[in-house]
Amino acid sequence: MKSKAIKESNGDRLFNIVVNTTLFLFTVSVLYPLVFIVSASISSPESVMSGKVWLWPVDFSLEGYQAVFKHKLIGTSFVNSLFYTGVGTAINVVFTLMAAYPLSRKDFYIRNWIMALLVFTMLFSGGLIPSYLLVKDLGLLNTRWALLLPGAIGVWNVIIARTYFRTTFPDELLEAAQIDGCSDFMFVRRIVLPLSGPIIAVTTLFYAVGHWNSFFNAMLYLKDQSMYPLQLVLREILVQNQVDSSMIVDVEEAMAREGLRELLKYSLIVVSTFPVLIIYPFIQKHFVKGMMIGSLKG
Amino acid sequence: MDMSRERHHVDLTTSKSGNALLRSMKKGWQLYVLMLLPVLYIVIFKYVPMYGALIAFKNFVPTKGIIGSEWVGLKYFQRFFESYEFWRIMKNTIWLSLYQLLVGFPFPILLALCLNYVKHAFFKKSVQMITYAPHFISVVVMVGIIFQVLDPRTGVVNSILQFMGMEPINFLGNPGYFTSIYVWSGLWQNVGFSCIIYLAALSSIDPSLHEAAVMDGASKARRMMHIDLPGILPIAVILLILDTGRILDTGFEKVLLMQNPLNLNVSEVIDTYVYKVGLASTVINYSYSTAIGLFKSVISLVLLLFVNRLSKKVGQEGLW
Repeated sequence: MKSKAIKESNGDRLFNIVVNTTLFLFTVSVLYPLVFIVSASISSPESVMSGKVWLWPVDFSLEGYQAVFKHKLIGTSFVNSLFYTGVGTAINVVFTLMAAYPLSRKDFYIRNWIMALLVFTMLFSGGLIPSYLLVKDLGLLNTRWALLLPGAIGVWNVIIARTYFRTTFPDELLEAAQIDGCSDFMFVRRIVLPLSGPIIAVTTLFYAVGHWNSFFNAMLYLKDQSMYPLQLVLREILVQNQVDSSMIVDVEEAMAREGLRELLKYSLIVVSTFPVLIIYPFIQKHFVKGMMIGSLKG
Repeated sequence: MDMSRERHHVDLTTSKSGNALLRSMKKGWQLYVLMLLPVLYIVIFKYVPMYGALIAFKNFVPTKGIIGSEWVGLKYFQRFFESYEFWRIMKNTIWLSLYQLLVGFPFPILLALCLNYVKHAFFKKSVQMITYAPHFISVVVMVGIIFQVLDPRTGVVNSILQFMGMEPINFLGNPGYFTSIYVWSGLWQNVGFSCIIYLAALSSIDPSLHEAAVMDGASKARRMMHIDLPGILPIAVILLILDTGRILDTGFEKVLLMQNPLNLNVSEVIDTYVYKVGLASTVINYSYSTAIGLFKSVISLVLLLFVNRLSKKVGQEGLW
C-alpha cells in the first residue's frame, strides 16, 4: 500500500504470501465448480458418465446443447422468462421511482408515514397462505399477471432510490426551478429522470436478475406449462430429475442413454445462466455501487 | 421538525388558516399523485394479506370468506405447539440458521481483509470478479449444480474421492450431510458478495492511521489486527445482530429444492412446513398453515425489534 518506498520486512513478506495464498485458495474453490460444469457440458456423454471429466473437456461434443435446443419446453420457457423479466422489470422500475421520488422530498408532508408503511412490510408479512389467497381472489391465478404484480415494489430498492434522489438533487435546485414556475411533474421529467441513469441502472439490474432467477411464484401460481418460466422447467429437469422424453423431438433413442441426460443438465445449467453471466462483467460495478448506496442510511 | 421547513416552502400569500397537511397537499398535489399507485399497491399486496392472516384464528372455509368463517381462537396455534412436529421443526430451523451464521459470518470478513492488502490491481479485480459471480446463479441452478457435483455415481466429487482411493459417499442420500451441504454451498455462492460491504467499510478507514502505524514500524499483520479489524467491527456487529434477528428465516426456496424423503427429518423447517400444510398436501388446511406462518412472523418481528434495540444499546446504529 503506502509503504512502497520502505523496504518490506520479512514479516510483511510472509504476510503477503499468506494473504495471496488465501485469496488464491478462495478464488480457485469458487472457480473450480464453474469450470467443471462448462467443461462437462461440452464433453461427450460417455466421458461425463464414466467420470473422466474433472477439469478440462474430454472428447469435445455439443450433443448436450443440441438436446437443450431440441427440448420444446426449454425454448418456450426461455421466451416466457424473457417476457417476465422484461415486462416485470419495467413495472418494478416505474413503481419504484414513483414511490421513491416523493419520499425523497422534504416538503412531502406525509413522507414519514408512508415510509413507515413501507418499512413495516419488510419486518412483518401476512405470510404465504394469505398472499396466495389474495392472488386467487383477485383472479390472477394461472395468469401471467401473477408473476408480474405481486412483488412489483421492492421496498429495499425504494430506499436505495430515495437515498440517491436525496443526495443528487439539492433543495436549492428544486427551489430555483419552482421559482421559474416548474411543476413537480415537469421537474421529474426534465431534471430528475435525465440525471438518474445510475440509479435506474442499479434498480433495473436488481429487479431483472430477481425475475430471471425466480421460480417459486411460478410454481405457486401457474398450472399451465405453456406459461412456465425457465427456472420452473429447470427445476423439473435438474432437481426433480424429470426428463420427459416426449419433449425431445428426434433424439428419443439417444435419450435412453443416461449419459445424454446428465449432459443435458450440464448444458442446461450453462444455457440458463448465460444471459446473466454475459452481462455480468458490465453490471458488476453497478451492483457494487447499488450495495454502497444501499448501505448509506437514508 | 418538518414544520419550520414547511413554512419556508409555503407561499406567503396563501392564507394561514387550514391545517398544514391540506396546504401541503394543495401545493404539492403532483407528488401525491405519483405516490398514489405505489401506496395502492402496498396496501393491496402487503396489507390485505396481513388482514388475511386473521384466518389463523378462524376455521377458514373458502366459500364463507374471511369474515364469514367462524372464530376458533388459538386452536391452530395450540395444535402446532402440541404436534410432534413442533420441536423437530424448530430445532431444524434454528440449527440451520445458526450453522449458516457461524460459517457465513467470518469468511467474508477474512476475504475482505485479505483483498484490502493486495497491491496487484489485476489480481484484486480478478478475485473480486470471480468470487462475486456465483451470487447471480439462481437457486434452482445452484441446487442443480449441487446435485450434479455430488451425485453418487457421476458426480465429480465422488470421482475425485475414488481417484484418491476412497469409497464414494452418497452425500444426498445421507441426512447427516444435508445441513453442511446447504451451508457450505451457500458460502460458495455468497462469500464474495457479502464481502463488498466490508470492503466499503475498509475503504472508509482514515489512511492517516495506516501512515502513522507504518511510521511507528507496525507490520502489516499488526495493522490488520489493530486498524482494519477495529475499523470494520461496527458494521460487523450490526450485521451479526441483524442476522441473529432473522434466525427463523432460512433460505426457504433452497431448502425446499434440496429436500428429499431421506433428509426430511433434518431439512423440514418452518417455511417449508407452512408450504406443505397449506398448499402442497392432500388435506389442505389454510388456517393451520397460516397460524404456523403467523407464529413465525410474530417471533421474527419481536426478535428484530429486540436486536435492534440491543444494537443501539451497545452503541451501534440500529436499522432505524
